[in-house]
Amino acid sequence: MEGFLLQFIDAYYLRILVIIGINIILALGLNLITGVTGQLSMGHAGFMSIGAYTAAILTLQFGLSFGIALLGGAVMAGLFGFLIGIPTLRLEGDYLAMVTIGFGEIIRVFFLNFELGGKATGLYGMTKYTTFTTVWILVIIIVLLNAKLLKSRHGRALYAIRENEIAAEAAGVNTTLMKVLAFTIGAFLAGLAGGLYAHYMGYIAPKDFAFMKSIEILNMVVLGGMGSIPGSILGAFILTIAPEMLRIVDEYRLLFYGALLVILMIFRPNGLLGNVRIYDLKKRFRKKEV
Amino acid sequence: MAVLKLEGITQEFGGLRALDSVSLEVEAGNIFGIIGPNGAGKTTLFNIITGIYTPTEGNLFFKDEMITNTSAYNIARLGVGRTFQNIRLFGKLSVLDNVKVGSYGITSSSFFSNLLGLPKAKREEKLVTEKSLELLELVGLVEVRHEYADSLAYGDQRRLEIARALALEPSLLLLDEPAAGMNSSEKLELMELINGIKEQFDLTILLVEHDMNLVMNICDLIAVLDYGKKIAEGNPVEVKSDEKVIMSYLGVEI
Ligand SMILES: Nc1ncnc2c1ncn2[C@@H]1O[C@H](COP(=O)(O)OP(=O)(O)OP(=O)(O)O)[C@@H](O)[C@H]1O
Ligand SMILES: [Mg+2]
Repeated sequence: MEGFLLQFIDAYYLRILVIIGINIILALGLNLITGVTGQLSMGHAGFMSIGAYTAAILTLQFGLSFGIALLGGAVMAGLFGFLIGIPTLRLEGDYLAMVTIGFGEIIRVFFLNFELGGKATGLYGMTKYTTFTTVWILVIIIVLLNAKLLKSRHGRALYAIRENEIAAEAAGVNTTLMKVLAFTIGAFLAGLAGGLYAHYMGYIAPKDFAFMKSIEILNMVVLGGMGSIPGSILGAFILTIAPEMLRIVDEYRLLFYGALLVILMIFRPNGLLGNVRIYDLKKRFRKKEV
Repeated sequence: MAVLKLEGITQEFGGLRALDSVSLEVEAGNIFGIIGPNGAGKTTLFNIITGIYTPTEGNLFFKDEMITNTSAYNIARLGVGRTFQNIRLFGKLSVLDNVKVGSYGITSSSFFSNLLGLPKAKREEKLVTEKSLELLELVGLVEVRHEYADSLAYGDQRRLEIARALALEPSLLLLDEPAAGMNSSEKLELMELINGIKEQFDLTILLVEHDMNLVMNICDLIAVLDYGKKIAEGNPVEVKSDEKVIMSYLGVEI
């Protein structure tokens, strides 16, 4: 597949497409937690690092196959999401944000001191198993399952929690359980993305999963539109490509990046695709016809 | 049979006694009114019955099962539906989805059967959609089913809350000031709706309402709260002529 694609686009773009795919998986996971369920989580990179280190150690030290290692990383991250979700999801808004920032930092500091993970140097020498094809097949599967979930009774319950937790309880939704579920799935997906990342780059270090990475993922969700699957995909596209294009303006890169976000938030406070529904588009179209 | 029984319910918020050993029994098939001045503790009573608060003292029973410490979602699943005084719709969900969420507590398809789109999940989803549309038809909102709930007019939002509560197929329905903000023709329609759903779904209804005309017209029994205490109980005629009630509450209106 890669060989085939390389006839049309050069390696640089192929690389960007792979990173976009990994970022889509990250954004979709966080979208489930923050966009759909409304629980502001700011430590998503922490779950990514757990998946990345676990998968890398499984292939490097234990010689396990890539598939098993990926799954192992995702399950480990999901397990952490579950364990952290239980006590923290009682907290609301700002408190939850602070606790999740703290979690992300604790995980980073842990890996800085983690012998088996190479401390500050990180891990290197992983075989680059991750290909364009693996990433995008996973993206497609995850998008389809995610769409199924959001259309089901469980998905509606998650949206209901975001909209009004007390009313959701009154409809028979065990809100604590559903929040923990969203958190666990989101962490699982971050872990999967981490494993893919580790075996694409071939090396990982704690600084790859710092607070800024969590913010970057959050930006993708917010920019695309909270709770929207196409939104998260678009957000991941734009925020992966934008920094690349802004390389031209080099040292003003962060400035442009920030300004872009501010402008978008002024003109589309709900995100690019937030609250955009096929139904509304059709209605608008019909009105114009008449 | 008593569908709902409260025994000496007391609720304290810090130093404030919002409810002071209130006891009540609500018989099946009744429309039971709860009236009283602002801050009397009516909404607090609803919040205790639906498990949002656990009472400081006292016990409550739903169909002979003690539910004093039962969590809110489990009480809902037992068949206690409610609407809220300060409307609590899922604003950025469609009108139809609001009602569909309402049926969460009585549906059972599992997480994985939904993910995999198994026949059972599909069948249940289809049934939920049909039933939800019927309920929207009943409250006259089927035309606006695709609109966001928060875009509806006030009266429509109140009726959507009723449809959502009915989706739970409750046997006990709690309505907290359903007529608030409605004009007199809407109030008449609401009265018909309440009587209609009571018959159609075989409901017992607990009604908090400030509109005395409506309360006196549709309630079989009425309890009067004042400063957290039950000061009277009886049929509309009895309550209307009760000295204490006239002094503390009705007197203000007449
Ligand atoms: N969560 C709470 N914390 C503290 N005080 C509360 C709480 N909920 C209610 N109260 C207080 O309890 C008292 C009873 O309130 P409640 O809302 O039950 O009155 P109500 O009878 O429903 O009044 P209204 O007719 O205005 O709706 C009020 O003094 C109120 O301020
Ligand atoms: Mg009230």
